[in-house]
Amino acid sequence: MLRHAWRLARKDLLVEFRSRTAILSAVVFTVLVLMVFNFGRDPTAVAAVDLAPSILWVTFTFAAMLALNRAFQLELENQALDGLLLAPVSRSSIYLGKLIANLVFVATVEGIGLPLFALFFNVRVVPVHGPLVGIIALATLGFVAVGTLFSAMTARTRFAELLLPVLLLPFMIPPLIWAVLATATLLAGRPLSEAGGWLRLLAAFDILFVALAFVLFPATVNE
Amino acid sequence: MRLLQTGRWITVIGLALLPAVYVRAISFTPVERMQGAAQKIFYLHVPAAIWTESAMVLVGVASIFFLFLKDPRLDRFAEASAEVGIVFGSIVLTTGPIWGKPIWGTWWTWDARLTLTLLLFLMYVGYLLLRGAVTDPGLRARYAAVLGICGMCLVPFVHLSVYMFRTLHPQPIVLKPSAPSLPGSMLATLAFSFVVFTVLFVGFVTQRYALSLLREQAAPHA
Repeated sequence: MLRHAWRLARKDLLVEFRSRTAILSAVVFTVLVLMVFNFGRDPTAVAAVDLAPSILWVTFTFAAMLALNRAFQLELENQALDGLLLAPVSRSSIYLGKLIANLVFVATVEGIGLPLFALFFNVRVVPVHGPLVGIIALATLGFVAVGTLFSAMTARTRFAELLLPVLLLPFMIPPLIWAVLATATLLAGRPLSEAGGWLRLLAAFDILFVALAFVLFPATVNE
Repeated sequence: MRLLQTGRWITVIGLALLPAVYVRAISFTPVERMQGAAQKIFYLHVPAAIWTESAMVLVGVASIFFLFLKDPRLDRFAEASAEVGIVFGSIVLTTGPIWGKPIWGTWWTWDARLTLTLLLFLMYVGYLLLRGAVTDPGLRARYAAVLGICGMCLVPFVHLSVYMFRTLHPQPIVLKPSAPSLPGSMLATLAFSFVVFTVLFVGFVTQRYALSLLREQAAPHA
């Protein structure tokens, strides 16, 4: 099953890599959102470090939303999804493959976004880069897992681009709150152990929703 | 149709009992020492809140069974329950600020309990939007069930967060492990109000269920 999932993820990533339109637009979009934030605050009134965790997470939320919207849109062209469903692979491996491809996509955008964020807002991320990457990974896994499931549903509805954020944001906000709080602890130079509760909640959210999406995904594609 | 008639009668009974709740709350319960008359809204706010969350759990449970049994009745029930849950949720979200203004000094605060109630409310609005956006009935039922189950699983996280944040909102005083910490007449009024809200909930859901059944019979392929 893992082998099939990996094949599927590879196919998606290869399509992505050959055209590069989606990843480039997502990166440019991230840079633009970061710029908008720079003009949306008063640098004399609010210190960058107070606002930094929110900026980081709002930017990543938007970027992830863009990535998730295209995950199943891709399969609608030329009925590619029907072809995929006819292939002798289990529904669950299709989900896993999509999840892996989305995670790689979002991680790439975040990997480019994080240094730019540190640069633009003069945030010292280098001393805390290990735990920070850990928090980002935990939160990203949770909402990409739910988002992959939901984008499989919304792709075949009438207002896919609008409906996905409306459905997904309520599920993104709790992990987002915990991630912002944990990031704030870290950027303020306090020990990570203070954020232990938030990290445990994030981990529990990941475990539950990855498992749930894995089990529920077949119900969204079976004919 | 009989089911619709039954639903209407149950709703009428509930609506007739509602003034009795107001009378009991206004005249037969003591005035709370710290909050004064503003505390009276408690008798509407709490039963509505209990039924909002119960409606969401009912949607989730009906969704789980739907995915196993594929029984369209369960799907109709989930839809009805979600709609009525949203109506009760609007009651919670309107009575809350009316109570909050004199006591906390603000209509709204980004407190954990308030934020997450709003979040759950919006999630169920999304649930109905998803139902509206899918035209094929079989697909709609399955998509809605998937979302309903995910929504139910989000509720425990919401509750955990509420206990972890320091919050302005009072902690539970009735549904808690130890004995309820309020006078008997207040508890009796609350219980009575809860019964009335239950009757209303059952009446609304029955009517809504009957209506979606009628709609399906009128347009079987729509």
